[in-house]
Amino acid sequence: MTQHVSPPRDGTGKAAPLDGPPAWRVRLGRADVRTLTLLGVLAVLVLIGGITQPDSFLDTHNLQLVLTQASVIGVVTVGMTFVIVSGGIDLSVGAIVALSSVWATTVATQEYGFAGILFTAIVVGVGCGLVNGLLISFGGMVPFIATLAMLASARGLALQITDGRTQVVTVPSVLDLAERDSYVLGIPPLVLVFAAVTVVGWLVLNRTTFGRRTVAVGGNAEAARLAGIDVRRQRLYLYLLSGLCCGIAAFLLIALAGSGQNTNGNLYELDAIAAAIIGGTLLTGGRGHIIGSVLGVLIFTTITNIFALNNLQTDVQQIAKGAIIVAAVLVQRRTASTH
Amino acid sequence: MAPEPPLLSMSGITKSFPGVRALDGVDLDVQAGEVHCLLGQNGAGKSTLIKVLAGAHQPDTGTIRWRGEEVTLRSPIAAMRLGIATIYQELDLVEHLSVAENVHLGHEPTAAGFVVRGKAAKASTAALLKRLGHPEVDPGRLVGDLSAAQQQIVSMARALSHDVRLIVMDEPSAALDPDEVDHLFRIVADLTADGVAVVYISHRLEEIRRIGDRVTVLKDGRAVARGLPAESTPTRDVVALMTGRNVEYVFPERPTAPPAAEPVLSVRGLARHGEFAPLDLEVRPGEIVGLAGLVGSGRSEILETVYGARKASAGQVLVDGRPLRPGSVRAAVRAGLGLAPEERKAQALLMLESVTRNVSVSAMSRFSRGGWIDRGAELGAARKATRELSLRPDNPSVPVRTLSGGNQQKAVLARWLLRGCRVLLLDEPTRGVDVGARAELYAVIRRLADEGLAVLLVSSEVPEVLGLADRVLVLREGRVVHEAPARELDEPRVLDLVMEGSPAS
Repeated sequence: MTQHVSPPRDGTGKAAPLDGPPAWRVRLGRADVRTLTLLGVLAVLVLIGGITQPDSFLDTHNLQLVLTQASVIGVVTVGMTFVIVSGGIDLSVGAIVALSSVWATTVATQEYGFAGILFTAIVVGVGCGLVNGLLISFGGMVPFIATLAMLASARGLALQITDGRTQVVTVPSVLDLAERDSYVLGIPPLVLVFAAVTVVGWLVLNRTTFGRRTVAVGGNAEAARLAGIDVRRQRLYLYLLSGLCCGIAAFLLIALAGSGQNTNGNLYELDAIAAAIIGGTLLTGGRGHIIGSVLGVLIFTTITNIFALNNLQTDVQQIAKGAIIVAAVLVQRRTASTH
Repeated sequence: MAPEPPLLSMSGITKSFPGVRALDGVDLDVQAGEVHCLLGQNGAGKSTLIKVLAGAHQPDTGTIRWRGEEVTLRSPIAAMRLGIATIYQELDLVEHLSVAENVHLGHEPTAAGFVVRGKAAKASTAALLKRLGHPEVDPGRLVGDLSAAQQQIVSMARALSHDVRLIVMDEPSAALDPDEVDHLFRIVADLTADGVAVVYISHRLEEIRRIGDRVTVLKDGRAVARGLPAESTPTRDVVALMTGRNVEYVFPERPTAPPAAEPVLSVRGLARHGEFAPLDLEVRPGEIVGLAGLVGSGRSEILETVYGARKASAGQVLVDGRPLRPGSVRAAVRAGLGLAPEERKAQALLMLESVTRNVSVSAMSRFSRGGWIDRGAELGAARKATRELSLRPDNPSVPVRTLSGGNQQKAVLARWLLRGCRVLLLDEPTRGVDVGARAELYAVIRRLADEGLAVLLVSSEVPEVLGLADRVLVLREGRVVHEAPARELDEPRVLDLVMEGSPAS
């Protein structure tokens, strides 16, 4: 069997696409281009804010407020990014924030003070995440359905606990977190928590085996399974992580609002998904960017702030948000196709 | 007799897909009222040809004449309008719809143009089923509740619900019991008596002898023989036509002495209901064992069951004499098994990721501490493993999707090399790998075996199994029909075995 064999065409490889992107983009890398684009959008927004409301927008207090508001949804978005990278979705984040915030602010919980509130918020968040994860990993439910059910039940339970009343927080150490006196070098502690969650989230996604497994499960679950990864356990952990982030966010919200309400976290799921998407995370899984998600959150929060300062109604805000999501996805599709 | 043009005449049909020339100038003539059989090995171009005929693929060049007139089959609907119906191997029925709804899918009898007349649909379906000799199938039942044979009847009724002149059947007998096959043949005979032409695809030569009128043999995208008489052409000639090839592969030398070590992989009585019968096999370190068989012979299922990706209904898999937990891929991987699956892109690769991350995914614990990845060590290990297999380009940071098929396969092999696996399961290792790169891949596989790996190889390409393996198990319909050292077998013999089921001596 020694007949003619054509020379191995394989040898040259096909590493560099011939009609690839321009050189500057190759040097920068795709992720950096996206980050710069998002930063550019943010800069334009700041410019618009500064021009339309030069006094109130660039005021230190206002900027601190924007960052503080971004912190709550931002922490939720970090967890959401992990879930989306794994190919899943968590529709229950807003409801979990609501349930955690009211459970942690009942009269009984508040007797245990700061630690009691923090502990309860986190345990409730993780508990809800555990239920989501078990239903999805071992119950074989589609994430959309399982977390939709959690959305409904957690909101219902939150309403049952509060009976629709606002639960005012009477623990001073919690309320102090949002006070100006506790700012560190002008940065609110809530923002520091957000920053810490972002850094940890980035490290976990990009530098740990947990992050790799998340990406693998989202990129190709069957390949991950055949490579020896425990896909079900990984999915379970991811919904736990999302629940944990909701618990942390609920605690931040309690400190910020000084109360727990069953209407807290309304539509957080949509804001978090939207922020992750414009930040470059693929809704189909397999690729995600914590920094992009965080910039997405900052963009949305800044828009809300500018619109409020200019006395524009929320309806206009919603329309603008929708337009930004569409624009961001279209731009990403274009950049993706040039690669 | 006046020279009447054939019902269908295809000439010079070519069709290329990226990297493959699937059809390379095929001619096919079909007369009204005949059963025309299409024969050929996997990859010979049968599926592509019938998809062109069904309007699902557009040919690059070539002409199709229908009753003497040149036609263009722009879509499946255009083909159906002419009277060409195709019954695919994978039945294309909607399980959640009723028999009648499936039969009339896309051309429902309607009132006022859009209101579906359910009763009329049921009545005409019942008439069709009666014509097919299956009045017992209720037109109102959901197709998902029917047996495979009954579903095939529904598929055929759907074909007949159009004014059909030509029916293409792609391996219709594959899912049927012998009784049901007899019945199928009676239906085919009735159809041809009415002047309907049948293009019949099967791997089973004995069937072709029973019902076929003429045979066209495809090989490497060409018709190597056209219109042979089905009854009188000797099997040996048909097999020779199917196997004679233009390209021979270079296979590495086998070690002279057979490996003497204890088997590292032992499979005892492993079975999966409906897929393959109890199977015993052993693979020693340094040995390549090949499973040869056609599509549907249970090859891939066997490998995936050994690997724990499918749960066995009986038997066990032992590594070094210790049984593996059944149905657990993780247990298999931990015991030292590695699988290079048939569908590389769908089952093995993370297409968005770099070569490094694809290679390291099964061995992350080796260069991480407390979950923290040492990326330098990871890159170094990936570079070492890919260099060992001469994966090109020699840069593990490139995205895996930019590699050629052969190098993607090497990335999968490098994954298991890095993991330190001891038993390699290869499912169609050269699928989608171009001819020039195959020899290199064969050499790599042999070298891995020489270094002490045990290799279990599955391929639908008989020469590949014969050339690469030390020992070959021949499978037919989920059963081992023959086992022998590779050097004692040749291609015609194996093809006889997989098609006829008995050694032709």
